Amino acid sequence: MSGSITQASDSTLPLSVRDLTVAWYRKPVIWDVGLDVSPGQLVGVIGPNGAGKSTFLKAIMDLVPRASGRIEIFGQSYKRSRHRVGYVPQRESVDWDFPVSVLDVVTMGLYGKIGWCMPVRRKHREAAQQALERVGIGEFANRQISQLSGGQQQRTFLARALVQDADLYLMDEPFAAVDAATEKAIVQILREMKQAGKTTIVIHHDLHTVPEYFDSVVLLNMRVVASGPTETVFTRDNLEKTYGGRLTLLDEATEAMRRRERTL
Amino acid sequence: MRTLAALHSFLAFAASSLTDRSIRWPTWPEWQRVLLLQDYNTRVVMLGTMLLGLAAGMVGSFTLLRRRALMGDALSHATLPGVGLAFLIAPSLGLAEKSLPVLLTGAALSGIAGVIAILYVRNLTRLKEDAALGIVLSVFFGAGIAILSIAQQSVGHSAGLESFIYGKPASMIESDRLLIGCSGVLTLLIMGVLFKELTLLCFDEGFAKSRGYPVLLLDLVLMGLVVIVTIIGLQAVGLVLMIALLVIPAAASRFWTQNLKQMILISAAIGGAGGFLGAAMSALFRNLPAGAMIVLVCSSLFFISMMFGTERGVVVRALRRRDLNRSVDHQHLLRGMFELQESRGPKAGIPFSELQTLRSWSSHRLLKEIERCRRKGLVFRNSDQKLCLTSSGLVEASRLVHEHRLWELYLITHADVAPGRVDQSADAIEHVLEPELIAQLEELLLQKRRVQGIAPSPHPVDATEHAS
Repeated sequence: MSGSITQASDSTLPLSVRDLTVAWYRKPVIWDVGLDVSPGQLVGVIGPNGAGKSTFLKAIMDLVPRASGRIEIFGQSYKRSRHRVGYVPQRESVDWDFPVSVLDVVTMGLYGKIGWCMPVRRKHREAAQQALERVGIGEFANRQISQLSGGQQQRTFLARALVQDADLYLMDEPFAAVDAATEKAIVQILREMKQAGKTTIVIHHDLHTVPEYFDSVVLLNMRVVASGPTETVFTRDNLEKTYGGRLTLLDEATEAMRRRERTL
Repeated sequence: MRTLAALHSFLAFAASSLTDRSIRWPTWPEWQRVLLLQDYNTRVVMLGTMLLGLAAGMVGSFTLLRRRALMGDALSHATLPGVGLAFLIAPSLGLAEKSLPVLLTGAALSGIAGVIAILYVRNLTRLKEDAALGIVLSVFFGAGIAILSIAQQSVGHSAGLESFIYGKPASMIESDRLLIGCSGVLTLLIMGVLFKELTLLCFDEGFAKSRGYPVLLLDLVLMGLVVIVTIIGLQAVGLVLMIALLVIPAAASRFWTQNLKQMILISAAIGGAGGFLGAAMSALFRNLPAGAMIVLVCSSLFFISMMFGTERGVVVRALRRRDLNRSVDHQHLLRGMFELQESRGPKAGIPFSELQTLRSWSSHRLLKEIERCRRKGLVFRNSDQKLCLTSSGLVEASRLVHEHRLWELYLITHADVAPGRVDQSADAIEHVLEPELIAQLEELLLQKRRVQGIAPSPHPVDATEHAS
């Protein structure tokens, strides 16, 4: 908040995290995370299972209580800048057997704009339809969500975030178990968003594609191991520190990095 | 908890039939009087319980989707100590001890206390919600029974308080119906106004929180609706079986629709019908407890929904499975014949025995499929009783073969990413896969043909060209 004396807030900075610690029943999940994300960046958050990646995103949005730390979004608290943040939760977090249509789910992204107790109007449905077209599943608008494939579910969630027209997007594993066509479509949209000056933070699992997709990375394992531009941070050394002995994919990751260097 | 409810209902039945055991079949005029709402008292009761069912059906839809269905059960059990205490305290406040508003206020307060206790136990300990529900339900109900016994010993005419446990709609009067009606309208209004917020809450709590919706408050509103419905239902259905009106209609309506608004309407209709017919039954069979009757009617409606529901009913699903089996047989037959004819030439008929060894199908099933294809004009028997494809059969078969090959290629090239998309029963591959992807697969198929030197189809209708 503006009353802070430690440091002047930078209202152009999409995300600034200081000393963030989150604990579940005394067991810390993330410690002392500090991070600045500059505008227009496409950031990958990478780390092993249980490294606290989802918790990190949730802590940014005040969804989990934090033990300490300060989070600023465009120089303000999350509460004040909520309308500028779009969230794509993990696909598994909801019951896809729920009796609503694809379009209904996407209009949920507009509920904040529509306001309490007001009905959904045609212009809202049209905006939702446009978002669906953008993610390439416009023809599924009236389908029940139980009939969607995994990739289509993910696209629906993405459309629900896009329709908000936010400036900072937080995505929890949008590429988890989706088909190649969906992955391609999502990457395409992420790039378009970047061009439009949006900032996106994506939790990602597949080390192969990291150099190809992201400008900068955050290597997270309870603490931030390293963060910065992909070229300098996504190194074998840092990955070893993040994943410890578990990383058999290391060589493939280095290989992917080399491929990228060749194409540049 | 289920067995507990069953035991309760048995006890209710046993208790009411202790005095007079005679249950006789009502006469025709009696049926007429009740069902045509000729009798004033019965009319009040039936319309009252119908309104109750409507309200409970609506509220129940949301609690079911929020996975809080059993919360209603705990809540209704938790009302009992409140009823007993209100009865004991009322005289000292200068109020009539059995005045309904006093008793219901007591019930509401202790019901709310029960819900708060559940949330408290769940949030402050690491116990799961079901454990918290079980603890609160039994503790409150036990306390309620104890208080009721005290009330019976210390104060003279406490008779009638048990009707809150098992329900006694016959005691309902005009003002009660008005109360139920008003509460029903109130719940309808609240649900209508907060429809989208409650939907969001039930579908995706995390997203709702991230958008700044006060999830706890919305949950409290929903529980408040349950409190209202439960309190007005105590008299008619009783606290033991109130849960039935909250859960059964909502669960039954899921068999009919996949649309939330429709689900709520259907649930309300089932609840309303359950209340109406249940009250009618209890008016006709005076010695059967009303709460139990209402539940029995509701569960009959549930059973009908489960069997014949148009969306997920057992029958519909069996039919769908049969259709799927048939379409698989259809594809197997036509593809098998096409592939055999491909190597032998179009005029060669195929003997039945050879088709049978082609797949692991019974001759009965194969014969039926042949008959279906024959009726559609896709196959015919030639002079030596061998099977041949007609020209339209050939077109259809070549399309199926082509599509099958594309799917195979898709599995080879894309199996690692999305085998779940393979849907051979779909009318056409392009309904499932993107056009670019299909073009890619077609190209691959052509290449494979060239490389492996597979002879072009001997038929006048070329498979690839036709289908693409």
